[in-house]
Amino acid sequence: MKISMDIELKDIPGQLVLALKPVSGLGGNILSVLHQRDKKTPAGRIPVELVIEIAETRLERLVEQLEEQGVSVVRTGEVRLRESMVVLLIGHIVHSDLGETIDSIDSTGFAEIVGLSLSMPGVDKESSASVTLSAIGKKELDEALKILERTASKKDITVIPPI
Amino acid sequence: MKPKTKTVKISIIGFGYVGAGVAEVIRRKREDIARKYGLDLKIAGIADLSGIFVDEDGLDEAELLKLKTGEKKWERPDDMTTLDLIRDVEHDVMVETTPTNVITGEPGLTHIITALESGRHVVTSNKGPLALEYSRLTNLAAKQGTELKFEASVGGAMPILSLVRENLAGNGVLSIQGILNGTCNYILTRMAEEGLPYEHVLKEAQELGLAEADPSKDVEGVDTAVKLVILANAVFGMNATYKDVEVAGITSITSDALQLAEEAGYVIKLIGEVNTEGGLKVRPRLVPKHDPLNVSGTLNVATIKTDLAGDITVIGKGAGPVEAASAILADIISIYV
Repeated sequence: MKISMDIELKDIPGQLVLALKPVSGLGGNILSVLHQRDKKTPAGRIPVELVIEIAETRLERLVEQLEEQGVSVVRTGEVRLRESMVVLLIGHIVHSDLGETIDSIDSTGFAEIVGLSLSMPGVDKESSASVTLSAIGKKELDEALKILERTASKKDITVIPPI
Repeated sequence: MKPKTKTVKISIIGFGYVGAGVAEVIRRKREDIARKYGLDLKIAGIADLSGIFVDEDGLDEAELLKLKTGEKKWERPDDMTTLDLIRDVEHDVMVETTPTNVITGEPGLTHIITALESGRHVVTSNKGPLALEYSRLTNLAAKQGTELKFEASVGGAMPILSLVRENLAGNGVLSIQGILNGTCNYILTRMAEEGLPYEHVLKEAQELGLAEADPSKDVEGVDTAVKLVILANAVFGMNATYKDVEVAGITSITSDALQLAEEAGYVIKLIGEVNTEGGLKVRPRLVPKHDPLNVSGTLNVATIKTDLAGDITVIGKGAGPVEAASAILADIISIYV
């Protein structure tokens, strides 16, 4: 399952690596790390926002391991995609590797393509798709759209975003 | 007591369909304007590629309109060019309605500069000079103490420049999003409603006179972009030119795409957007079916986001000789009232 986790690190070098190690050690996958070095908690610790993919049964073990390393886990929660938008694509969508286009969003950890409706008029003709993007927040949704636009422009696919 | 009537002499440079529209509305509205505003509008001269007519006491509009039906032939005096007319024939307001050229701005640019330098007010529908040399022209007008007005250049009859400047005075404008090209809106509306392919609807628009033989300026978003530049400069105080706009047109839109949009609760419209962050963009966008920006046919629309008044949306006819002339007439009157 996909988990977002707020942790706090001591303000000394090497702490982030220390915090990330147990995730892979337990077979998890790190999807995104938001490391705000310039922000500090009142106690002088550095807050980090993680999004990881990990088996539900191992989450408790992970939190324990982190705490053992001196990393405080402030919050864990399942990632909920709260914001979404519909975007239209026109072009050679399928022949330009639709999987890769979807992957460019899904691999961010903060956004996913949750709906896809495809219209393919003929083998050589351009196809159209309406795609529903979801993300954990508004900022992330905008970022996901930017990623989609970058991927699409390489493939000569027209992107029609909402107003 | 009735106020004294002031005579306002006008020249019309460029007697195409908009220029002739101006003559037509002056003919129709002369008495109203005299009664309501105390202004007696007289056409002192007109010029076109085909010829020139001048009468400092006022030309007869009905006669001038016969030029459009072929009942009257153009004449060209040997001793007068268009620039001579602008410079030397005594008049107050030059109405510049020659066709837009977004590369050079000519011939409108020279006409406008000449008129301002001669101390005449300028009212224009010509987008080229404004999109290319906005600050130069407004600075020149300010230096000369003359007015430069151009409501007709954006959105035709739809009031937007004076709306923001006068009625929304004091508001900070955060963004303007709108449909500023009636041809594109007609094509997208018909494609969506009838499920017809782009090429078919384009041909239909050409037959109806809604699209030009070379439709590229409309369908590739150039016309929308130029209008956006005028809004960016006039409303947001930017010093933008056409090159600053990110432009995509409607040529790649398919009926399938419109169908998918419809199923998701949207329509596709060519939207121009300018905002305080400085981005100028023209591209097809998904517009929710119930959004006020979803207007059909050849209508133009703009939503102005402001910090005090919230969202204001204006809808109107973006093209047509009388509609454009309506905006020009309002500009002329506003110089004196």
